Amino acid sequence: MMGLLQRLGATTLGVTERIGRGHLFLLHVLGGFPGLLPRFGLVMKQIYASGVLSLLIIAVSGLFVGMVLALQGYNTLVDFGATESLGVVVSLSLVRELGPVVGALLFAGRAGSALTAEIGLMKATEQLSAMEMMAVDPLHRVVAPRLLGGIIAMPLLAAIFSAVGIIGGYFVAVGLLGVDEGAFWSQMQAKVDLFDDVANGVIKSVVFGFVVTWIAVFEGYDAVPTSEGVSRATTRTVVHASLAVLGLDFILTALMFGDD
Amino acid sequence: MMQSRSVQIWVGLFVIAGMAALLMLAMKVSNIRAFSGENGYAISANFENIGSLKVRSPVTIAGVVVGRVSKIGFDSEIYEAVVTMNIDPRYDNLPEDTSASIFTSGLLGEQYIGLEAGGAESYLHDGDRIQLTQSAIVLEQLIGQFLVSQADK
Amino acid sequence: MPEAWVRIRGLRFTRGEQVIFDGIDMDIPRGLLTAIMGPSGTGKTTLLRLIGGQLRADAGSVEVAGQNVAALRSVELYRLRKRMGMLFQNGALLTDLSVFENVAFPLREHTRLPERMIRDLVLMKLHVVGLRGARELMPAQLSGGMARRVALARAIALDPQMVLFDEPFTGQDPISLGVLVGLLRSLTDALSLTSVVVSHDVQESLSIADYVYVISEGRVVEHGTPEALRRSTSPWVQQFLQGQSDGPVPFHYPAPDYRTDLLADGP
Ligand SMILES: Nc1ncnc2c1ncn2[C@@H]1O[C@H](COP(=O)(O)OP(=O)(O)O)[C@@H](O)[C@H]1O
Ligand SMILES: [Mg+2]
Repeated sequence: MMGLLQRLGATTLGVTERIGRGHLFLLHVLGGFPGLLPRFGLVMKQIYASGVLSLLIIAVSGLFVGMVLALQGYNTLVDFGATESLGVVVSLSLVRELGPVVGALLFAGRAGSALTAEIGLMKATEQLSAMEMMAVDPLHRVVAPRLLGGIIAMPLLAAIFSAVGIIGGYFVAVGLLGVDEGAFWSQMQAKVDLFDDVANGVIKSVVFGFVVTWIAVFEGYDAVPTSEGVSRATTRTVVHASLAVLGLDFILTALMFGDD
Repeated sequence: MMQSRSVQIWVGLFVIAGMAALLMLAMKVSNIRAFSGENGYAISANFENIGSLKVRSPVTIAGVVVGRVSKIGFDSEIYEAVVTMNIDPRYDNLPEDTSASIFTSGLLGEQYIGLEAGGAESYLHDGDRIQLTQSAIVLEQLIGQFLVSQADK
Repeated sequence: MPEAWVRIRGLRFTRGEQVIFDGIDMDIPRGLLTAIMGPSGTGKTTLLRLIGGQLRADAGSVEVAGQNVAALRSVELYRLRKRMGMLFQNGALLTDLSVFENVAFPLREHTRLPERMIRDLVLMKLHVVGLRGARELMPAQLSGGMARRVALARAIALDPQMVLFDEPFTGQDPISLGVLVGLLRSLTDALSLTSVVVSHDVQESLSIADYVYVISEGRVVEHGTPEALRRSTSPWVQQFLQGQSDGPVPFHYPAPDYRTDLLADGP
C-alpha cells in the first residue's frame, strides 16, 4: 500500500518535472526564433524535411478519407432524401475536424518521429555536445528551425488534406453516386463559413503543428543517448503527440464551435 | 550547398500547393464572396417567438440571401425577442413597410428570416425597425392547436 | 614554466555513487602541449568536459584563462569557448553536413567572412590533416580515423588559443599516426597553442608532450616532464608506462571474487 502510494507520488513528481523542463526548453528555443530570420535557409530545409516529405502520405490519406466520407455520408443521407447535402457533410467534416486532426496524427507519425530520432541520434553521437563546445547553441541552431518548420508546414499539410479529400469526395459523390454536381458545390458554399469553419480549422492545425513539433523535438533532446533510449523516445513522441492532438481538439472544438 | 537549390524549389512548390488548397477552401468550398456582415447596415425586428433562429442565420428576400442575423436579444418590457439583422449595403432600398417572417427550410431544416418588400416610397436605414412581423411556426404549438380544435367539435 | 592557462584546484566530481575525481589539482601551462594519461574509464573525457564547462564540479574550481568556468553566465561561457577547440573522442561530426561544411561550420556560425575566404580557410585546414581531397564526402563515408582527422581540422578552424584533444591517436594507421603526432607538436609550436592531449597511448604521448599528468582512481598519481616520468620510481607509473597487467593498477573493473561469482546465482 505504502509502496503503491510512493510510486504514485514519484510518477507525479517525475511527470511534473518533465513538463516543467519541456516548458523551459520551449522558452529557450523560442529565444532562437529572431535569429532565424536572416538565416531562413535553415528553416527552409526543415519545411522540406517535415512538409515536402510528408506530402505524399497526407495527400493519399486525404483522398481516401474524402472518398470514404462521401460513401458513408451518402448511405445515411439517402434515407432522408438529402443527398444534395453530401458536399456539406464531406467538406464540414474535413475542414473542421479530419483535415487538422488526421493531418496532425499523420504528421506526428511521419515527421514527428523522424525529428525525435534525428535529434536523439545527434545527442547520442555527441553532435549536440560538439556544437556547444563550438559555442553554438544547439537549441537555437538545431531545434528552433525544426520547430518553426513544423509550425509552418502543418497548416499547409492540413489544408492540402482537406482540399484533396473534398476533391475525392466530389469524385465519389458526383462521379460514382450520381449526386447533382451543382447541388454538391452550392450546398457546400451555402453552409461552410470562411471564418467559422475554414479559419478555425486553420487555427487548429497551427496549434497542432506547434504542439506535435514541440513534443517531437523535446523528446529527441531529452532522450537517453543510446539506441534504446532514442527508440523509446520516438515511440513516446507518436503516443504523446497523438494524445495531445486529440485532447486539444476537444478543447478547441468546444471553444470554437461550442457557443451557437 | 548543391542540394539546397532543389530543396528551395520543392519548398516553393509545397507552399504553392498549400496556398492553393487554402484558396480552394476559401473560394470554392466556403463562399468568401458571400456577405460577411461586417460592413452592412443594421435593422431590427420584434418577434413573439423566434423558434430556433440563431445568430448568423440567413436573411432572405425572394429566396436571395441579403444579410444575416447579427444579434438576438429579449425585450423584458414587452416580452418579445429583438432580432438585429445585418443587411448587405448593396440592398439599401428596402421599403419602410417591409415585413419579416421566420420560416423553416424544409420540414425540419434550420430557420431563417424572410423579408417581403412593401410599397412605401422611403427606405429602411441603419437602426430602423421593421414593424410587421410574423413569428416562427412552432410545430408543437401547431399540433396543440389542432388537437384543441378537434376536441371542440 | 609558463603561467597556467588552465588551473584546477581541489576538483571533486561524482556520478551518483561513483566518485570520478576526488580532489585533483592541475596546472596546464600556456603555449605547451600537456598530456593527460590514465587507464580508460578513469575520467579523462569527463575532465575535458569539466574544463569546457559542459559539466559542473561538485567541489573545487576549474579556471580557464583566469575565469572560473562554473561561475560564468552562458554568454561568457560561449565567448570563452570560441577561443577553445575540442576534438571529441569519436569525432562528433555533424552527420547531415559534408566534410567541407563540417569544417566550415564554426566559421559560418561565428564570422561573416566572404564565401571565397571560407573556402580557402577550410581547404587549408583540411590540407593540414591530409583530407583536402575528401571534402565532398559525407561523415558516414569516412573511417573512424578519418572522421577524427576531420574533427581535428574543425577544432582548429577558428584558430583557437587552446585545443583539447580527446584520444586523437586511436584508430590511426601508422602513417597517419606519425603525421598526426608531428602535427600536434608543430601546431602547438607554430601557433603557440595550448594543447591538452588526453590519451592512453603511452609512447606517442610521452614523445610529444612537454608535461604529463597521470591520473587514476580519481587522483593525480604523478606529474612532470616525460623524462622525469620515465625515471619515476612509482610502481604505478612504471606499470602503466610499460603496460604490464600485474601491478597496482587493476585491469579488472571492481568485481567480487571470480570463483564465488561464477558459482553464484543471479545476473
Ligand atoms: N553519462 C554518464 N553517466 C554515468 N556515468 C558516466 C557517464 N559518462 C561516463 N561515465 C562514467 O564515468 C567514468 C569516466 O568516464 P570517461 O570520462 O568517459 O572515461 P575515459 O575518457 O577516461 O575513458 C566511467 O567509469 C564511466 O562509467
Ligand atoms: Mg574517454
